[in-house]
Amino acid sequence: MSDTVENQGRRDFIVVATNTMLAVGAAAVIYPFVNQMNPAADTLALSSIEVDISGIEEGQAITVKWRGKPVFIRHRTAKEIELAGQVNMDDLRDPQGDLDRVEKPELLVIQGICTHLGCVPLGQKISEVKGDYNGWFCPCHGSHYDTSGRIRKGPAPTNLEVPPYTFLSDNVIKIG
Amino acid sequence: MSSPEFKNPVVKWIDHRLPVFSFMHHELHEYPTPRNLSYLWNLGSLAGLALVTMIVTGIILAMHYTPHVDHAFESVERIMRDVNHGWLIRYIHMNGASFFFIVVYIHIFRGLYYGSYKAPRELLWILGVLILLLMMATAFMGYVLPWGQMSFWGATVITNLFSAIPWIGDSIVVWLWGGFSVDNPTLSRFFALHYLMPFLIVGVVILHIIALHRFGSNNPLGIDVSGKQDTIPFHPYYTSKDLFGAMVFLTIFASAIFFYPNFLGHPDNYIPANPLQTPAHIVPEWYFLPFYAILRAIPDKLGGVLMMFGAIAVLFVLPWLDRSPVRSGRFRPLFKMFFWVLLADCVLLGYLGGKPAEGIYVMLSRLATAYYFIHFLVILPLLSVVEKTRPLPQSISTPVTGGGMVSAPAAKRGKADV
Repeated sequence: MSDTVENQGRRDFIVVATNTMLAVGAAAVIYPFVNQMNPAADTLALSSIEVDISGIEEGQAITVKWRGKPVFIRHRTAKEIELAGQVNMDDLRDPQGDLDRVEKPELLVIQGICTHLGCVPLGQKISEVKGDYNGWFCPCHGSHYDTSGRIRKGPAPTNLEVPPYTFLSDNVIKIG
Repeated sequence: MSSPEFKNPVVKWIDHRLPVFSFMHHELHEYPTPRNLSYLWNLGSLAGLALVTMIVTGIILAMHYTPHVDHAFESVERIMRDVNHGWLIRYIHMNGASFFFIVVYIHIFRGLYYGSYKAPRELLWILGVLILLLMMATAFMGYVLPWGQMSFWGATVITNLFSAIPWIGDSIVVWLWGGFSVDNPTLSRFFALHYLMPFLIVGVVILHIIALHRFGSNNPLGIDVSGKQDTIPFHPYYTSKDLFGAMVFLTIFASAIFFYPNFLGHPDNYIPANPLQTPAHIVPEWYFLPFYAILRAIPDKLGGVLMMFGAIAVLFVLPWLDRSPVRSGRFRPLFKMFFWVLLADCVLLGYLGGKPAEGIYVMLSRLATAYYFIHFLVILPLLSVVEKTRPLPQSISTPVTGGGMVSAPAAKRGKADV
C-alpha cells in the first residue's frame, strides 16, 4: 500500500495521459463522421455560373439559379437608384450605402433569399407586390426590402446578400 | 409479488433460464394499478399503438419510396396510384402522424391537470417531454420526404432557424443541408434519420415505462396508493379498458383515413418542390402551429427561435416550477381555472399560427405567447404559495366506500381482487 502512495504522482500522470490520448482519439474518430455532412466536392464544384446580362432592359429583372438558390439581377431605373441613394443611414437596420452594394449602379445583383428564414421574396415580376419600399416583399413573414435590397421593415435581420460576382465583359457577369 | 407458477412445461423451462414470462406476468398482469383511473389514462397505450402503426406503415412505405430529388415526388405518387393498397398505407402513415400528436397532446394535458409530473414522477415526465421533442423532429423530417412545395419550403424555413445562432449559425445550416440550399443531400439524410428516429423513440418509451412502473400510474385524485384496497391488477381490468379505448380510437382514425384523408394536409404539397418559387402562404402541419405562432410573435430572429424552443424547454423544468404538494387539479380551485386558460391559450396559439402574420393576429400572438410563459414561470410558482387547496380524501377507496376508514366489505373486495 505504501508503494502506491510513493508513486502517486507517476500514477496520476499515467491516468491523465491515457485520458488525454483517449479524448484526442475520440475527437479524431468523430470528426469525419461530422464532416461527412458538409457539402461534398461535387456540390462545391458547381459554385460558379456566367450570366449574359445584355438582354435585361431598364426596369426589368431576371432570376438565375446559383448554388441551388435564386439570384436576382435587376437593371435599375434612374429613379430607383436615386431612391436607394437618398436613404438616411440611421433609418437602416443593417446600414450599408447603396454604392457599396453594386459594381455598377444600374445593375443590382443580390441573393433572392430572405435573410429571415430563407423564403424567396416577391417583386421580380411586374405583377408582384414589391412591399412598402418598392423593392421586394417576403410573403412568409412579412419582410420589406428597398430598391437596393436592404431590409427596411419586418423580422429579417440583415439586407439581402450580395453574392461575389465580377464583370467578365460589359455584357457578361460571373457569379461565384 | 411472488413468481407465478406456469403450468406449461416448455414455458416453465424457458422461464427458469430466461424469465420473460415472469417479467410479463409481473408488469402486464398482476401489476397493481389504481382502481380509479378514468378514460384519460387510456392515452398512454394509445400513443404506443400509434407508434407501432407508424413504424409498420413507415417500413412498408420505405420499400417503395425513392429518396432522390428527381424521383421522390413521383415515387410517392406511384405509391398512391400503382402500388397495391399503397394509397391506404400512405394515408394511414400520413394521418397516423396527426393522430399520434392528438393522442400525445391529450396525454400531456392530462398530466398537466392531474399533476402527474410531480415527485416522484419527475423523470417520467422529463422522458415524456424528450419523446415529444423526438416526435417533432421525426414528423418534420418525414414531412420533407414527399418533396412537394410545403416539404421543400418547410424544410428551408425550419433549417434556417439554426442560422439565428450567433457566429456559427450559417455554418451549421450549410452542414445540415450538405450544400448551399435544401437539396438532394438534405433529402437523403432526412430519409435516413426519419427511419432511425422512431427506434430512438421506442428506446425512450421503454425508459418511460420503466419509470412509470417504478411508482405506478398517478390517478384522478392525485394521492398515493395506500394499500391493496386501492389497486386492481392490470389484467384483465385495464387491458380490457385499454382495448375498448383502442377500438374507439381506431374507429375515429379509420373514419379520417377513409373519408377525410387530406383534411389535415395542405394541397400545396401535391405540387412538386420548386426552389425558385415560395408558396404565397406557408404554414407547418397543424401540430406545430402553436410553436410557429410563438416564433412569429417575436419581432427578432434569434429571440423568436429562442422563445420557440423555450416553450418546450419550460416543460422540462415544470416539476420544479409547480411546488404545490397537491397533485390533482380537482383539489386546486385556482390552478384548475388557470389550467383551462392555458389550454385555451394553446388552442388560440394554434389558430394564430395558421393565420398570416399581419394586423390583429400579430398582437394576439404576442399576448398569447406572453401568457404561455407567464403561466409556467409566474402563475404556477405563485399558486404553489398562495393557493388554498381543498382537503384531500384519505385514500383512493375512501370516496367509494364513504367515511375515513375502509369498511369491512370493501376491504374484503380489495383482497379478493388481488
